[in-house]
Amino acid sequence: MTTDTRVGSTSPGPVLPALGNPSRSRTIRDQVARVVMWLAFLVAVVPLVWILWTVVSHGGHLLMESQWWTNSQRGITSRRAGGGAVHAIQGTLIQAAVTALIAVPIAVMTAIYLVEYGRGKFAKAVSFMVDILTGIPSIVAALFIYAVWVTTFGFQRVGFAVSLALVLLMIPVVVRSTEEMLKLVPNELREASYALGVPKWKTIAKVVLPTAFSGIVTGILLGLARVMGETAPLLILGPYTKSIATNLFSGYMPTLPTMINQDRTELGQPAAVERMWGAALTLILLILLLNIAGRLVARFGSVKK
Amino acid sequence: MAKRIDVSDLNVYYGQFKAVEGVTMTVEPRSVTAFIGPSGCGKSTFLRTLNRMHEVIPGGRVEGKVLLDDQDLYASDVDPVAVRRTIGMVFQRPNPFPTMSIYDNVAAGLRLNGVKGRKKLDEVVEKSLRGANLWNEVKDRLNKPGAGLSGGQQQRLCIARAIAVEPQVLLMDEPCSALDPISTLAIEDLINDLKSQYTIVIVTHNMQQAARVSDRTAFFNLAATGKPGKLVEIDDTHRIFNNPSVKATEDYISGRFG
Repeated sequence: MTTDTRVGSTSPGPVLPALGNPSRSRTIRDQVARVVMWLAFLVAVVPLVWILWTVVSHGGHLLMESQWWTNSQRGITSRRAGGGAVHAIQGTLIQAAVTALIAVPIAVMTAIYLVEYGRGKFAKAVSFMVDILTGIPSIVAALFIYAVWVTTFGFQRVGFAVSLALVLLMIPVVVRSTEEMLKLVPNELREASYALGVPKWKTIAKVVLPTAFSGIVTGILLGLARVMGETAPLLILGPYTKSIATNLFSGYMPTLPTMINQDRTELGQPAAVERMWGAALTLILLILLLNIAGRLVARFGSVKK
Repeated sequence: MAKRIDVSDLNVYYGQFKAVEGVTMTVEPRSVTAFIGPSGCGKSTFLRTLNRMHEVIPGGRVEGKVLLDDQDLYASDVDPVAVRRTIGMVFQRPNPFPTMSIYDNVAAGLRLNGVKGRKKLDEVVEKSLRGANLWNEVKDRLNKPGAGLSGGQQQRLCIARAIAVEPQVLLMDEPCSALDPISTLAIEDLINDLKSQYTIVIVTHNMQQAARVSDRTAFFNLAATGKPGKLVEIDDTHRIFNNPSVKATEDYISGRFG
């Protein structure tokens, strides 16, 4: 006796139900699920494309002009077109660099402590603090630094104060990402190193960190990309100015977010509005570059294959 | 170079849990001692106490004495890092350092302990790779990553890395369990070569392997899960496999266990 498994077969006998078309209700459920998922995807993507399109179409042409990358806004009133964003780009990059310089060593060492050494109550407390720090809104971090820097110590609002506030925001991000990368390093590598008579600190420095290096750098760059777009600390601690200012400890320091905010307040002036879009696009590009750099480091990491 | 190990009345703990109880044995120099026994009986745990790797695990501690020639490894003035420099270890799964080349992997133990000088390192790397029967296969690609070798080659690389620091004793924790039969044979040949210079202790689940490579065999067993593992007996391998003095050993070896 042969078992006919063709579609629509009427031959009796097989234990399995007929291997014909899926039932009608299953087809419908399949179609509904498909449509819902496509809609969800569109809802997520449409605003993103829309934003990018708006920013590029309004501000793109400014970035094509060489003066955008060489000039500041010094002496250019909001009515006039022209000038560039180099003062704001410089400010953003300097503040980001100083932030990274302070935050990265603290964050990486905290992560090393938590993964390699931390046991018991103190480590749990540190980990809990990092969690809390992660949840702090950026405006609260900014107000805290304001309270310390300006109210308590009586200093001026300068670029360095902005960096301090950004440090508070960057540390938890980098601690968490570095922790994850260190945990990914197989314990067998640590043991292999111990078994060669290598002390623990050297094992961490020469075996664990190099193995996790690309992941740690990626995390740092992504964390940096995140704090570079922060605006609250800038509004509170880093007022805008139209001239190039590179001194972190004296005078106001312009940045891209504050440039956007400044030109936003002049909505009646078409030239200012264009500059706002241009600065926004520049900021997006900078962050995109950092993201790409992060991914490149991850791809060409130190682990040899 | 090779040294004798004397263990007396050793208890091994994970926190409050006693994993191995009351081990007393002697490991002879320039010979191969095999540890056999069912899973979970504490062979590997005990092996790791011989170079103080056990205490790397949180909560890991021991009671009792381990003498290397006449030096107590657990005396309060002994540095565990120095112990591990003297007693090397090869692990179950090959674990070359993924960021390092073949050359750097072999040189790692010396470099990380502060030895410099290209000439000295070149010498040690070649000698160790020859010692591990790997030199001919890798001499033209010493700068290629160690993780790119086959499993069996990686394990021999790890052995080369371990012997590069010239330990007195070499501990091997199931070194062939992740390898195919041909690589296993290569490692067993290597163990045979190495025993003229080193004291070797090997944990294995493969009883034929214990019979092939070892001079003396120790059988570990545990009464029940949750109970500590114990050393049942240790004797010449020939006797353990042909005429053991304890019935449990015979049952285990002949497959009539449990």
